[in-house]
Amino acid sequence: MRALDLSPGRVGGARRALLRAGQGAALALPVAFLALFFFYPLFAIARLSFADGMAGVLETLGTRYYWRALAFTTAQAALSTALTLALGLPGAYVFARYEFPGKALLRAVAGVPFVMPTVVVAVAFGALLGPRGLINQALQALFGPATPPIRPGGLQAVLLAHVFYNYTVILRLVGGFWANLDPRLEQAAAMLGASRLHVLLRVTLPLLAPAIGAAALLVFIFTFTSFGVMVILGGPRLATLEVEIYRQTAQALRLDVAATLALIQLVCTLGLSLVYTRLAARAVTPLELQPRSYTARPPRTRREKVLVGAAMLLITVLLGAPLAALALRSVLAPGPGAPRVTLAAYLALGQNLTGSAFFVPPTAAIANSLRIAATTTLLALSIGVPAAYLLARRPTPPRPGAPLPEKRLAVIALLDALFMLPLGTSAVTLGLGYMVALSVPGLGGLRTSPWLIPVLHTLVALPFVIRALAPVLRARSPRQREAAALLGASPARAWLRVEVPQIAPALATGAVFAFTVSLGEFGATLLLARPEAPTLPVMIFRFLGQPGALNYGQALALATILMLVTAASFLLLERLRPPGGEF
Amino acid sequence: MPRLIVCLAVALLLAACGQPGASRPTPPPLVTPATSVVPAGATPAAGTRRIVVMTHDSFSVSEEVLAGFTARSGISVEFLKAGDAGTTLNQAILSKNAPLADVLFGVDNTFLSRALAADILTPYASPVLANLPDDLKLDPENRLLPVDFGYVVINYDKAALAAAGLTPPTDLRDLTLPAWKGKLVVQHPATSSPGLAFLLATISHFGETGPYTWREFWRDLRANEVLVTQGWSEAYYTHFSGSSGAGAYPLVVSYTTSPAAEVFFSEGRLSEPPTGNLLVPGGSFRQIEFVGILRGARDEAAAREFVDFMLQPEFQADIPLQMFVYPANPRAPLPDVFLRFAELPPEPADLAPDLIEQRRDQWIAEWTEIVLR
Repeated sequence: MRALDLSPGRVGGARRALLRAGQGAALALPVAFLALFFFYPLFAIARLSFADGMAGVLETLGTRYYWRALAFTTAQAALSTALTLALGLPGAYVFARYEFPGKALLRAVAGVPFVMPTVVVAVAFGALLGPRGLINQALQALFGPATPPIRPGGLQAVLLAHVFYNYTVILRLVGGFWANLDPRLEQAAAMLGASRLHVLLRVTLPLLAPAIGAAALLVFIFTFTSFGVMVILGGPRLATLEVEIYRQTAQALRLDVAATLALIQLVCTLGLSLVYTRLAARAVTPLELQPRSYTARPPRTRREKVLVGAAMLLITVLLGAPLAALALRSVLAPGPGAPRVTLAAYLALGQNLTGSAFFVPPTAAIANSLRIAATTTLLALSIGVPAAYLLARRPTPPRPGAPLPEKRLAVIALLDALFMLPLGTSAVTLGLGYMVALSVPGLGGLRTSPWLIPVLHTLVALPFVIRALAPVLRARSPRQREAAALLGASPARAWLRVEVPQIAPALATGAVFAFTVSLGEFGATLLLARPEAPTLPVMIFRFLGQPGALNYGQALALATILMLVTAASFLLLERLRPPGGEF
Repeated sequence: MPRLIVCLAVALLLAACGQPGASRPTPPPLVTPATSVVPAGATPAAGTRRIVVMTHDSFSVSEEVLAGFTARSGISVEFLKAGDAGTTLNQAILSKNAPLADVLFGVDNTFLSRALAADILTPYASPVLANLPDDLKLDPENRLLPVDFGYVVINYDKAALAAAGLTPPTDLRDLTLPAWKGKLVVQHPATSSPGLAFLLATISHFGETGPYTWREFWRDLRANEVLVTQGWSEAYYTHFSGSSGAGAYPLVVSYTTSPAAEVFFSEGRLSEPPTGNLLVPGGSFRQIEFVGILRGARDEAAAREFVDFMLQPEFQADIPLQMFVYPANPRAPLPDVFLRFAELPPEPADLAPDLIEQRRDQWIAEWTEIVLR
């Protein structure tokens, strides 16, 4: 038997050195990337912000308002995460365990909100739930109250929007892991007399814990740094730290206050990630992961059918309806009178009506968005996969039976948490950081480099790739690879034929999220995109900056195109399967 | 079903390209489109001189006008758009040791003092300045030269007011009366430049002392259920009933040129604007936008030529339909839609830029306390 176990005792000296070198390189790449493209710009802006002393830090820390904002930020993020989990977990179960018609399409639809610019989502919600929206009009026509009966506002609208945005994170991250979980574990427990609830609480949920934790962490950080949803749907009275950072940076130019708040945000993200990684490292259970064709089947009993139907309905109503309302608006002619379908807004997109030098045809914007998203995906995978491998390594005791090397555990946990940080960083802070870092003489050329935006997006995409992969990597059992080796497969072959198919679904999940994050990113892109190469969200924003029916129509048309491009990309990405496995 | 989505995407894309049924392969390939650093139309071949203009997202110029400049001067122009007006200026200030651009456009009178105090600009007494009205020139040292101006006012939805049997208010204080309860949308002055402009208008009109200051006015507006949004887009498109977004509020803070834009961007559907300007005393604020040459510009002579070009009638005449504001140079002719539908308010508010810079943060903080907390 060849040496497969990487524990020092079994590997020869030369090979060990080689392995060490390989591991070193694999670790150096992600760490160098993070240091160069995240910590350096952040350091540049921090140094500038505190150039005039630390008075701003004390002033900020002494302002009660900011502490209230921090409390609110945390509370709404916790609420949003709980709500998203409550609605998302049943969906994840249904998608993991059952095959039903329209599954791929529904999964794609569920991912579309993630890329939609908030200002467009506000339009979609308004078209559906607003005072003159479809639902209120229908209710008023049916029951005749003079004033619109539904007026969601403030926190309710924010929570609803957060679920709308993040449902897909639970669906894909938890559902993806769940789909490869061996159902025989649950069946065995049931056979031994455990009730359904008992099986769920004592078997399924503990096994799922790493994936649920990973998804919850991502949703929490995402909603913790919520900006667009807050300012547009929440109204001006609700302010997260992110909103305050933007106000202090963009308008007031109180960089010291902004940087202090950004640091508080970072510390919270880091602390939370550390807690998570420590817990996740303990919750590891080696599992025999199973292919999806084995774990999923069509619903048979009435109960199962109702469950599947309910999940389909939820996605259609909660996620699909606002998107459909938006698409509908984009093809309805403006003005009073009977509704009339027109493609005028779409046709106008291709024409440079005002002869502007900044005119960009929609195809070019789509190509920009897709090119940036594809580059981001490749970058995020090639950096995220080695990173995930190293972070997911099970620590081995120096001697059998000896205690785990606490120090190394702590280093890995810290590294793991550091990779989560970009997600908890204010877009405007990072954008300005880039600007400052690049305004060093000699680096100015990078400001217009086509790599700049993909690199920035990769920072935000990395946590998704790592979080999608880590639970699978931690759970994989060495036994299958050992069996392959026993049957004569070389380590490389065993990795390619046994391990790659096992991690392929998680890789696909990571890739989809990297792609999605990039398609939808707006805050930093707006600051750094070259004017002649805008992405779709930036173009939508531009149209919404001018009055007039045609501008509004073109914004909605582009939003609809963004929706369709996203959904089509998801469906294509899901078709990509690695050779040799059907997990 | 999945195939349906792909088909739909392709169909709408084709419509968007304006050539339905064209045999061009779509969707586009995943390669960099042939974008040059210079917007299409400008011919960089004309010379090796090149300048970079830093500006905000709303800046625009005709392809033709820009190409004319490059052809005549041999200077190719690259634009760097850096977010909204405030963010753009802040970026210019933060990068002053290694400027990213030669020319900065888009500093307005509410940010003028900050730009001057940051010492990022170099004076240039353009010969064209002689043709511009003196009241637009706010910097005696000519570090910032006026290019355009516009007025922030309240727009009203004509149809909604008629349906409710209301006539437009004739005084700002009318907005605090019960008839106008829950009818007005404004923007947060900390994040929106029209929002700040309107706040400044009310400060100028009601003053800071006396029995009824701007604070009392806003307190009453709050009691009358004024809606505050973060930015102009949400206010105008999501909440204002006069826009295509069909919101629920018939009054919104916007610009005097917005009704004209509604006609211009209606594809000939409208011959009259659906909205009107509320031209009440003290209800408007004039925003002037300036251009300046950044210290450390690589080619200062070329930057000067570009600044001259921005002030001359050709570029100035292009301004109204590109950015929906008024040209600073009175020799530039106005387009028909401006002459017919854009109105000049009788007595816009007047606040010195120095005072604005000094008091802005405090005013915004007070406003936030009064209206939101």
